[in-house]
Amino acid sequence: MSILAAAEEAPNILVPPVAELVVGGIAFFVVFFALARVLLPRIKKTLEERADAIEGGLARAEEAQAEAAETLAKYKEQLAEARHEAAGLREKARQEGAVILKEMREEAQAESKRLTTQAHQQIEAERKQALASLRTEVGRLAVDLAGRVVGESLEDEARQRRTVDRFLEELEATAEDTQDARAAR
Amino acid sequence: MTINLATESGFHAPGTEIFNFEPLFSIGGLDVTKPMLMAFVGSAIVVTLFYVACAKPTMVPGRLQALVELGYTFVRDDIARSIIGGKKGDKYVPLLVSLFFFIWILNLFAVIPLLQFPVTSRIAYPAVLAITVYLLFIFLGIKHQGPVGYFKNMMFPPGIPKPVYVILAPLEFISTILVRPFTHAVRLFANMFAGHVLIAFFAVTAYYFIVETQGLGIVIGVAGFVMTIAMTGFEMFIQVLQAFIFTLLAAVYIQSSVEVDH
Repeated sequence: MSILAAAEEAPNILVPPVAELVVGGIAFFVVFFALARVLLPRIKKTLEERADAIEGGLARAEEAQAEAAETLAKYKEQLAEARHEAAGLREKARQEGAVILKEMREEAQAESKRLTTQAHQQIEAERKQALASLRTEVGRLAVDLAGRVVGESLEDEARQRRTVDRFLEELEATAEDTQDARAAR
Repeated sequence: MTINLATESGFHAPGTEIFNFEPLFSIGGLDVTKPMLMAFVGSAIVVTLFYVACAKPTMVPGRLQALVELGYTFVRDDIARSIIGGKKGDKYVPLLVSLFFFIWILNLFAVIPLLQFPVTSRIAYPAVLAITVYLLFIFLGIKHQGPVGYFKNMMFPPGIPKPVYVILAPLEFISTILVRPFTHAVRLFANMFAGHVLIAFFAVTAYYFIVETQGLGIVIGVAGFVMTIAMTGFEMFIQVLQAFIFTLLAAVYIQSSVEVDH
């Protein structure tokens, strides 16, 4: 009985009571107001700032990378330049060295030629000197020898010299003959 | 049926009476019932949740802030921007976020111990939200398309053979202006209503066959208990889904008003 009565009294579940419409409306409006006016703008701002920070970070990273690449290129260029310069210096040094070597060689050659010539001249002079003294010595010896042999002293100087000269000429002629004969043989 | 069961076996399956509440107290002629209090509690919970999470937002979010931001960006990206579109949609994000979280919390009360009642299973709460959306989209339609253009675009979409308009025009009018707010509210209401009836039914079954009767009936009681747990889990899914669908439809209605899509 009581259930039947309750069923009869029970309002239609599809008809909203006005009081609840008002309550529901206010409850929702409170949420909407708090979120739309105060809290969601903060979330939105934070999300935007975060996106900015991330994008900014990416941009900065890109910038840094570009800078690094630029620096690397510059260093490479400098390195290449330095290498080129070093190669140039090496080449120059090599050329200079070659020039110095050549000069030194020429100088040495000249020096040696000069020394040789000097030696030749000295030898020639000494030979002539030796020859002259030899001639005198040989003359004197020969006169002595001849004096002793013939037993007379050849006092007359002039005569003596003529005799010696004649003797030497004969001697030389004999020597030339001997040389000719040797050559012929 | 209910009466038969009640008189014959003492088992009383829950019916519509579980949705009616006696006033708890009265303030200035307003009889305050449990669902009314819960509506305010729900609204306080949503505001508190957003306040605690985002009153002082940080660049690197804490757990709660990250969670709330996830909900916010979900509504913004997957509802506002994808339905209404880019910049235009952003304007309605606060409304849609409020709708989604408010409805979700009111739905969620169905499975919170002691509260155990989805506020949205009383038609007034979905109705007032549907009416709000209804007034908004009609206002937006008139604002963006003009008072004549709005109804003309709605009832006489171009590119259709003239005689068809005889049927189409009244149908479009009825579906948009009369049926839309009703289905919008009833879809949410009915889902929550049915879910609550089911959970209540299995819970009563479990209680009756395990506690009040002995014998073989206990098998039914255990089945009822298992189903109560299973339905509670299922309802938690339905609660989020219905909050999402209500919000999604609100976005669809707004979109159809701010843009002529024919």
